[in-house]
Amino acid sequence: MPKPDFQLSRNAFDRLSFRGADGELHDGVVPVRAFPIADPQHGIALVGADGHELAWIDSLADLPEAMRALVEAELAAREFMPQIRRLSGVSSFATPSTWRVETDRGDTEFVLKGEEDIHRLSAQTLLVVDSHGIQFLIRDLAALDAGSRRLLDRFL
Amino acid sequence: MPNEISPLSPLAPARFDAVPAELETQLASGENVLAHVEVDLDAGLRFARGLLAVTERRLLARDPGSEAWRSWDLRAGLSLRHSDHAGVGTLELCDEVSRLASWRYTLGRNVAALQVLDHAERRLESLSTGRPVRVREENLCPQCKTALEPGQEECPICSREIHAPPSTWTLLRLWRFARPYRGALFAGFALTLMTTAANMIPPYLTMPIMDKVLIPYQNGVPIDAHLVALYLGGLLLAALLGWGLGWARTYILALVSERIGADLRTATYEHLLRLSLEYFGGKRTGDLISRIGSESDRICVFLSLHLLDFANDVLMIVMTAVILFSINPWLALVTFVPLPLIAWMIHVVRDRLRTGFEKIDRVWSEVTSILADTIPGIRVVKAFAQEKRETARFREANRHNLLVNDRINKTWSLFSPTVTLLTEIGLLVVWAFGIWQVSKSEITVGVLTAFLAYIGRFYTRLDSMSRIVSVTQKAASGAKRIFDILDHVSSVPEPANPVHLEHVEGRIALRSVGFRYGNRSVIRDLDLDIRPGEMIGLVGHSGSGKSTLVNLICRFYDVTEGSIQIDGIDVRSVPVADYRRHIGLVLQEPFLFFGSIADNIAYGRPDATRAEIVAAARAANAHEFILRLPQGYDSLVGERGQGLSGGERQRISIARALLIDPRILILDEATSSVDTETEKEIQKALDNLVRGRTTIAIAHRLSTLRQADRLVVMDRGRIVEIGSHDALMAREGHYWRLYQAQARNVDVELDDLGREEVEVAVAEA
Repeated sequence: MPKPDFQLSRNAFDRLSFRGADGELHDGVVPVRAFPIADPQHGIALVGADGHELAWIDSLADLPEAMRALVEAELAAREFMPQIRRLSGVSSFATPSTWRVETDRGDTEFVLKGEEDIHRLSAQTLLVVDSHGIQFLIRDLAALDAGSRRLLDRFL
Repeated sequence: MPNEISPLSPLAPARFDAVPAELETQLASGENVLAHVEVDLDAGLRFARGLLAVTERRLLARDPGSEAWRSWDLRAGLSLRHSDHAGVGTLELCDEVSRLASWRYTLGRNVAALQVLDHAERRLESLSTGRPVRVREENLCPQCKTALEPGQEECPICSREIHAPPSTWTLLRLWRFARPYRGALFAGFALTLMTTAANMIPPYLTMPIMDKVLIPYQNGVPIDAHLVALYLGGLLLAALLGWGLGWARTYILALVSERIGADLRTATYEHLLRLSLEYFGGKRTGDLISRIGSESDRICVFLSLHLLDFANDVLMIVMTAVILFSINPWLALVTFVPLPLIAWMIHVVRDRLRTGFEKIDRVWSEVTSILADTIPGIRVVKAFAQEKRETARFREANRHNLLVNDRINKTWSLFSPTVTLLTEIGLLVVWAFGIWQVSKSEITVGVLTAFLAYIGRFYTRLDSMSRIVSVTQKAASGAKRIFDILDHVSSVPEPANPVHLEHVEGRIALRSVGFRYGNRSVIRDLDLDIRPGEMIGLVGHSGSGKSTLVNLICRFYDVTEGSIQIDGIDVRSVPVADYRRHIGLVLQEPFLFFGSIADNIAYGRPDATRAEIVAAARAANAHEFILRLPQGYDSLVGERGQGLSGGERQRISIARALLIDPRILILDEATSSVDTETEKEIQKALDNLVRGRTTIAIAHRLSTLRQADRLVVMDRGRIVEIGSHDALMAREGHYWRLYQAQARNVDVELDDLGREEVEVAVAEA
């Protein structure tokens, strides 16, 4: 990929600023992954504060180092989909049930309102939505330990 | 279960709890914490606890994962900003030129965070204007802005989320439905007792037959015909008695259980219909159908068959035990040896089977869900030639179903033969011990025969009793799934102290309305006043929140923040049915129920006279085409009934709305799905409908909104422009751009607008 025809910087309010080929400056630009689960590293749109797409990044790897760091930092600050690594306990097998989990973002508890809030994205990937709408990802069922799988199995 | 955690462990922090001690130590003398929030995410969005508090003079914060406290004195020029995205809330402290700090938290903390924001904002406002701190006129809930009672801190509307798991004793809750039939149930139980007693007689009679007739005969004593007749008569009488009592018992209890099942079904359905659209949005149709249909049937069979048998069996065991012990305690003791073993086995297998059956249920609804998905969408499936794919999906679900069934059958199939084996072993033990006792002349052959006759029955019952485990679990999981529906509190709850609307003028006021669907904010901070009789046109891209706004006004959903008032009364304090009576709704896809056209028109007012129905149809321009149908107003229509065109269906639904004579009228894309010719006819019908009513109309085709008093232009959940067509055109803003896009057929941003329609719009412009 050729050098991108836009520039990114961070302003004093800690927001991304975007300067396109036309030279116009957009503040408060947010990067959005088009396929956050299926293919997070490819297809990232830069969306302006007004909701219009300003630029499309085919692959994060194609960006110059500095720009990629900016985009990745902004993505990290926006994206919140903790990946469940271990299910340490559930309050009950009937819903609503409080789950205690270890995630890649630390340990927490959340309330599962109903079994239908566990969505099967593929054979091995589950998306668990808590009572506040926060999405927890189980990327690979097979990678969970036996205890977690046994608990989880009661809800599937 | 060792890794279960206490259900009491608090998830959401107590919202109005005391100021934490660590915060207390940071305060200067005379300084008070006005509000605080325990933030639970750090800057990198990892779970960690921090604290943010606002006092009279400063903001105080301990960042997550750090021990150090930071503070910012409140001064003019500072601002605290709030936003949320994907379930994460953010508070940002900014001065004129840069951001000073930010805090992130999950939405469970939102209420506390909004309180901090509210206090800080009012202090900052006072600092910049120089006026004293504005007090909230009323005690308002920070989340939904409804007025609270003085001294009441928690908003009754916002705090209604209940996260307690249902009890395991779900089946006992069926008593609520059994109560009305307790007389019949008691009679049934008494009959059961008597039937069982009658069935106890025959084995008892084998004892004298053996000892007084057969054995003496073998020893050379002739048979006493009179005695034989007496015993055989006794056997026959006992059999007849058992037959009669058994019939009465089964009949009464089957009758009762059928009724309990029917009540349960109706109650569930009734409750289901009262739930908000939000609930239906999150559930799959097939699953709901199977819950109300097959689950209630399963419970019914359980009550009428299995529970009855079980009660019978328990009675039988108790009676047998009493009889056996009274005849010979030692032999009885030996007979009962395998019993604890079987009980233990049942206990072990119980858990495994229960989870298995719950799983089967879930997989089963997966199978039916595919049917419910595909059959209504059959046109799409065929159009894209995806029959194979859908079949594969169904096969996959079926395979999953098989897999789960196979797994549980492995346990289950082992269970029954094992019980049978234990039975045989038990009999063996009794034979052995009995023969030994007979050889010692401690018991007679008759006693041994009677014992064997008793326990032959008794052990076979044990086998069937073991089945109660699975059916009880099945019924319990069925009951749980039904009570899941019954326990679901409607997110559009009936008010505790309802205000009745006598006469509605039709004034609608929206006060800082916000609505969140899942973690997506659909409507944000929206204010709008609609005068009685005014016609409002809602305009915007698809996805700008128009339909959601209309759904909120109809109270299909309740607002997440703010309030909607009708004639100055919060809609949440009006009974739902009362409120909707004043609303007429015409949708893009009119839904006709199966039934006659007259029934469909009178749907909202079943007591309407024929004259009224005809009048409504006339006003809706539907009268003439209805007369052209072979059976006139009695023609059957509906999803699979006689085919009506889109425009005809639409006019019937307009007649339906006209008949209830609502003060508020909502037209959600009422003319979008028809051609222009039909649209003109519908428009004529609508003009009749709109007259003198508060009307909110959504339309993609801007030309259809020309007669609106005001146009409200929405963009991404906010109102961006309000005004008449001419004023908005003059302003050359959002509306002007939308209009130009339609008129010139350039840059068609209205996603749903087909090419054809755009050309039509051009022709009209």
